[in-house]
Amino acid sequence: MSKVQKPDKGSLKGNDQRRAAKNKIFQALVILFAFIATTPILLILFELIRKGMKQVNFDFFTKVAPDSWEAMTAISQGKVIPGGILNGITGTFIMVIVASIIAIPIGILIGIYLYEHGEQRYAGILRDISDILQGAPSIVLGIIAYIWVVKYITHGYSALAGSASLAIMMLPLIIRSTEETFKMIPVSIIEAGLALGVPYHKIILRVLIPTGLSGLTTGILLALSRVIGETAPLMLTALGSPSVSFNLDKPVNAVPLLIWQFYNDPNMVNLIWSSSLFLVALVLALNLIAKQIAAKQK
Amino acid sequence: MNKLIIEKKPILRIQNLFVSYEKDKYAIADVSVDIKKNIITAIMGPSGCGKSSLLRALNRMHELYPKIETRGKIFLNDKDISKLSNIELRRKIGMVFQSPNPFPSMSIYDNVIAGYKLNGIRQKKAKRDEIVEKSLKDVALWNEVKDALYKKGNFLSGGQQQRLCIARALAFQPDVILLDEPASALDPVSTSKIENLLVKLKKEYTIVLVTHNMAQAARISDYSMFMYLGELIEYGKTKDLFTNPSNKRTEEYLTGKFG
Amino acid sequence: MNSEKITKNILFAATIILILLAAGMVLTLVSGSVPVFKRFGFQFIYSSKWNPTAGREQYGALPFIVGTIVTSVLAIIICLPLAFSTSLFIGEYYKGTLIAKIIGTMVDLLAGIPSIVYGLWGFYYLRPLIVTLGFNAQGFGIFTSSIILAIMIIPYASSMSTEIISLVPNHLKEAAYSLGATRMEVIFNVTVPAARSGIVASYILALGRALGETMAVTMLIGNSNLIPKGIFSLGNTMASIIANQFGEAEGLKLSALIAIGLLLFVITGLINAIGKLIIKKFA
Repeated sequence: MSKVQKPDKGSLKGNDQRRAAKNKIFQALVILFAFIATTPILLILFELIRKGMKQVNFDFFTKVAPDSWEAMTAISQGKVIPGGILNGITGTFIMVIVASIIAIPIGILIGIYLYEHGEQRYAGILRDISDILQGAPSIVLGIIAYIWVVKYITHGYSALAGSASLAIMMLPLIIRSTEETFKMIPVSIIEAGLALGVPYHKIILRVLIPTGLSGLTTGILLALSRVIGETAPLMLTALGSPSVSFNLDKPVNAVPLLIWQFYNDPNMVNLIWSSSLFLVALVLALNLIAKQIAAKQK
Repeated sequence: MNKLIIEKKPILRIQNLFVSYEKDKYAIADVSVDIKKNIITAIMGPSGCGKSSLLRALNRMHELYPKIETRGKIFLNDKDISKLSNIELRRKIGMVFQSPNPFPSMSIYDNVIAGYKLNGIRQKKAKRDEIVEKSLKDVALWNEVKDALYKKGNFLSGGQQQRLCIARALAFQPDVILLDEPASALDPVSTSKIENLLVKLKKEYTIVLVTHNMAQAARISDYSMFMYLGELIEYGKTKDLFTNPSNKRTEEYLTGKFG
Repeated sequence: MNSEKITKNILFAATIILILLAAGMVLTLVSGSVPVFKRFGFQFIYSSKWNPTAGREQYGALPFIVGTIVTSVLAIIICLPLAFSTSLFIGEYYKGTLIAKIIGTMVDLLAGIPSIVYGLWGFYYLRPLIVTLGFNAQGFGIFTSSIILAIMIIPYASSMSTEIISLVPNHLKEAAYSLGATRMEVIFNVTVPAARSGIVASYILALGRALGETMAVTMLIGNSNLIPKGIFSLGNTMASIIANQFGEAEGLKLSALIAIGLLLFVITGLINAIGKLIIKKFA
């Protein structure tokens, strides 16, 4: 017969029953908390759609934001607040484009460098710096862009400053995704190119980048989705503006900034939901497209 | 009639066992066999014949994977094992795996006593020390590790780690020890140490050993079974099976025609 | 090869840009902080007086440092059961199933919601709840901010943990089961110890994320420049004081805010570095 040494206290059977009960309870708790963890996203999306859909119409995309006076008048007359978020959309658009122009080429070049120099000391230092940059709070990047651009370059709040802060945010993400993408390309493809005597820059342009295009795109889209929703750095750099502007050295608005302005103005508070819905839809769409591209690659 | 071999009572009875991983695909198809006490029974067969599946059915490991379906009855000492809780069953039937797997986050001492610790059975230190020493002595590892009991086992060689795993299984002094190709990842010297150990252990324990190494089965097992495509083809005293197999398939396997 | 050399130089030059960027950032923050440190010395870090009135200016960062640390640590504590359960659900209990994928996706989506939207949702939906529960008259405070922070960092804490947990080898777990352990016992005695460093690292990185969070916290913390007395009192964080007072700030006040930015940068950098170190050393 099995000679399991008995426990010093209590019976084996009782012990087993307690353990079985604990086991079931623990599993129930895990399931419960996991489901609770999924509720915030549902609640948020639900509220955004419920409250935001009311204000979304054609004007939403084509008119600039109303000012406080227009909003107040409309409310007192029981009318729908006029206007839309065009100035925010165009501002976000221009700043993101400029940020991309700055961050993407530099990021890809650094990513290529890291891919090539793998385990070397300098490459390790670069990676560490990139990681520190990635972890830096966005407001601190706003301070940097304020001092560098607002103070010394454009002498005033500007779209360029906003773009600068967004570019610094995008850079580490692009660097990392570039290196990761290239690492997944089989070395034999590169070697085949080298064996044909193809010069290095052609390998990069004709082999490396085209083969890794979907990975690079995924990385770019994810970096974009990250910066489009940012508010804090823009408060210190772009400031906001009531009109559509493509002037890089003048203040400009952005969708998150508009939301912040609406939130702070009692007359325009109701506009926050539609703008938030738009912003979240945009960010999630970018995320989804990025994930689709990544999945197709597999 | 060989009167020197006394008929030993079966400790494990397997009746009409079916195990399937996928619908209508049987890893084990209608196997019935009795395992005798205090001997080494070897389960042999080519890859995919179901030998590991049979072993794992004995301590209900298949229950970990909801997709696997099991049918049929297994009796341990005449008790239907499905009537026991799987916790109870696994204290009576221990298992040693193919690649040595001592718990990496535990010391050697804690590994041996892991069964008790995991089962929440608290004992005085003196008793625990006793169990650890006996188990390690039983597997001839005591002298090699007695000064390093509280270190983690990753400095041990493969063979020593596997003996540690056997010690861990022995700590409960189970009725049956199941071993799934325990020496297949080890060098010949360690393998023979393990084989000698099993022969020594069968006095106190019943050993069921899955092996793809026919010579090993011939060396140390008392009874052997040959499986093919989920079916039990032949079962009997090892000597008889090897020298005079009654089934053609068995003969083909033993002479190396396949597997 | 001439073109080879040019290519290599271009690549190297790009990396120099990164170095200059980082060095420039540190230099800018440090030089911007010099005025306020010159004036108040290291007292700046542990003083709690904050008075921007001209002529009687006094700046001390302590309330904001305390506010930042308290909200972030509390957020980790609140997030722990939720994120850990999610990790166990996806990586252990229901590994590979459709429901695990769905839950995983829904939790990941949380990472995509912009901070300001969290702030809005917290302001309009969480705050009234806090008021109803009687914790704070208007629903603001450390506790409210911590809850929102906790929700925001769930995906960061759970994604790496989930992966590490799901990679614990089967045979290790089977060895524990074969000794008669229950599932919960296998999880705590085998799975978690094996995944320990990855789990710890992911929570440290989540902490780093929480420390730098601005908008959602600004909207919910109550913006009081005093050291919070309890978790339901109002407070302020380093990020939110910068966001609130940076516009039109100049002179000593600007320097004070830059200095707070420097502190925030250093603290976040350290925490993230520790997290990365743990991954490197043990994973």
